[in-house]
Amino acid sequence: MSTDGRDFLYQMLRIRRFEEKCVELYSAEKIRGFLHLYIGEEAVAVGSISCLAPDDAIVATYREHGQALVRGVSASAIMAEMYGKLEGCARGRGGSMHFFDAQKRLYGGNAIVGGGLPLSLGLALADKMQSRQRVTCCVFGDGAVAEGEFHESMNLASLWKLPVLFLCENNLYAMGTALQFEHSVTELVKKADAYNVAAAAVDGMDVFAVKAATQKALDYIRAGGGPYFLECRTYRFRAHSMFDAELYRSKAEVQEWKKRDPIATLSARLKGEGAITGADIEQMERKVADEVSEAVNFAEAGPWEPVEDLTRFVYSERTPS
Amino acid sequence: MTTTTYREAVREAIRQALRNDARVFLMGEDVGHYGGCFAVTKGLLDEFGPERIRDTPLSESAFVGAGIGAALNGMRPIVEIMTVNFSLLALDQIINNAATLLHMSGGQFNVPLVIRMATGGGKQLAAQHSHSLEGWYGHIPGIKVLTPATIEDARWMLATALADPDPVLIFENQTLYNMEGVLDPKVTFVDIDHARVHRAGDHISIITYGVGLWKSLDAAEKLAAEGIEADVIDLRALRPLDNETFLGSLAKTHRALIVDEGWRSGGISAEISARIMEIGFYDLDMPVQRVCGAEVPMPYAKHLELAALPQPETIAAAARKMVRKNG
Repeated sequence: MSTDGRDFLYQMLRIRRFEEKCVELYSAEKIRGFLHLYIGEEAVAVGSISCLAPDDAIVATYREHGQALVRGVSASAIMAEMYGKLEGCARGRGGSMHFFDAQKRLYGGNAIVGGGLPLSLGLALADKMQSRQRVTCCVFGDGAVAEGEFHESMNLASLWKLPVLFLCENNLYAMGTALQFEHSVTELVKKADAYNVAAAAVDGMDVFAVKAATQKALDYIRAGGGPYFLECRTYRFRAHSMFDAELYRSKAEVQEWKKRDPIATLSARLKGEGAITGADIEQMERKVADEVSEAVNFAEAGPWEPVEDLTRFVYSERTPS
Repeated sequence: MTTTTYREAVREAIRQALRNDARVFLMGEDVGHYGGCFAVTKGLLDEFGPERIRDTPLSESAFVGAGIGAALNGMRPIVEIMTVNFSLLALDQIINNAATLLHMSGGQFNVPLVIRMATGGGKQLAAQHSHSLEGWYGHIPGIKVLTPATIEDARWMLATALADPDPVLIFENQTLYNMEGVLDPKVTFVDIDHARVHRAGDHISIITYGVGLWKSLDAAEKLAAEGIEADVIDLRALRPLDNETFLGSLAKTHRALIVDEGWRSGGISAEISARIMEIGFYDLDMPVQRVCGAEVPMPYAKHLELAALPQPETIAAAARKMVRKNG
């Protein structure tokens, strides 16, 4: 557990520090558009994505910095994307909400709530029809569970026994609408019953719990059981985006959840177990700081896409096999 | 020469695609056990089995999105949407994903997907089964929009669409399925890049597509009896739009009449007219004219529906007025 624990702490720190830098860069107007921070929810991405095999697929949301970093998309390519630079992971066409990486099988960065779910069905269907043992991990939030696309997708995935891990990051708010104002049944895991989809709910602030639950779900899917719905109960510490006065929740509530900060709790736990020292953490922090600053330098130095290339990639330039 | 129907031509195209490429499969509502709402896919389930002829739930967004995902992951899906009005339930997937992913991913993810759907009025199916929204889809960069009007195009456009690396939407006018005709056995391929001049004439260019082709040809016969000869152009694809063919015709006739079953305001007829203004203005002897669908949701009653759609008589009347005016 300690090896896992150290790596988990390191991965969560990468996301946290990377995003803290993003906030600075947003204020400095280096990053524009929408910026949705994952801070507070790191245990979900780290615990789940780290269980996937390299050839599994990921469909994520507009709050996907964490998934992309854990998946191994380089911090430099991600930062360059947020700068809108040519060397970004989508050549500056996507920005913060739309990271893509064909090599890592990251299919976005989808900014239509629920819009990634139908896509995940097809990725999984193609694997099934071509007898590949891959899983498609589809990440979405509690807001998406109210969308028709969620219900259509759960039904179809179950009907066709598709290898999809439906990973719900329930952070209790659809933008600013609290769970009790968006769902007639607030225990989201119960929705899976209606579609005969295997399901579990897990403490999304505990990276080990997320990992164990994800592993169990993946084993079930890989054994041919069909889709699996995993609800990770988590909390967003920061505003929804950079334009959010947070009128819909109290500071006390946020403070209460911060006591369960996945990084602070893991760090304390590992120290308590003697698995890590203060010096180890400092060293980790330095490594992370180096990676973040390298990413910023890369993004700063990188070229812009020539304006003449504006209309490229509307249609394909190559003939696929 | 083999006599066949438009319906059989589409079916044969699907059958051939399934035979030739193991990556191809068909999915949609009632395509399997029912045999297709318009009986296009009748018999295919027996021939190819349920893995490749997939009946879906009534979940347009889910199965269109599934088509996109499967296309991204090595398959060549053909998705059938029962009618164009139902495709509105899948607009998120068509526009926000299929048309967008290649660009938004900086060229990493192309979507080789074909979506077929029935379009158009004329069968007294009222306002939720009869519209012609293909021109409206033609507004969207990232997809291609095909409108096979002839049995030959019904037979061969699908293969061309499936070979395309990007999403292609095929609109089959529902009044054409029973149309009979012959297929030239020597033709085994059609391009989708060029409009076609179906009938040559020097006095006026009638620019149309889909079922409008047949109504315009009918009108042209009436006009010929009066000594007015029309070029009749089938656009065949609304995106990309082949300017060259209609501008070439215009350079000869100097009069352009656009026939479109879709609504006039902001429709494909407006786009064609604008392109003529931009590029072919000095070839014009008179203003461009249009015969379009009336700007109403399609009514059920037969006489009202007939009045809402372009008819050979209204097309001929418009052309006659144009030619006589300064002829």
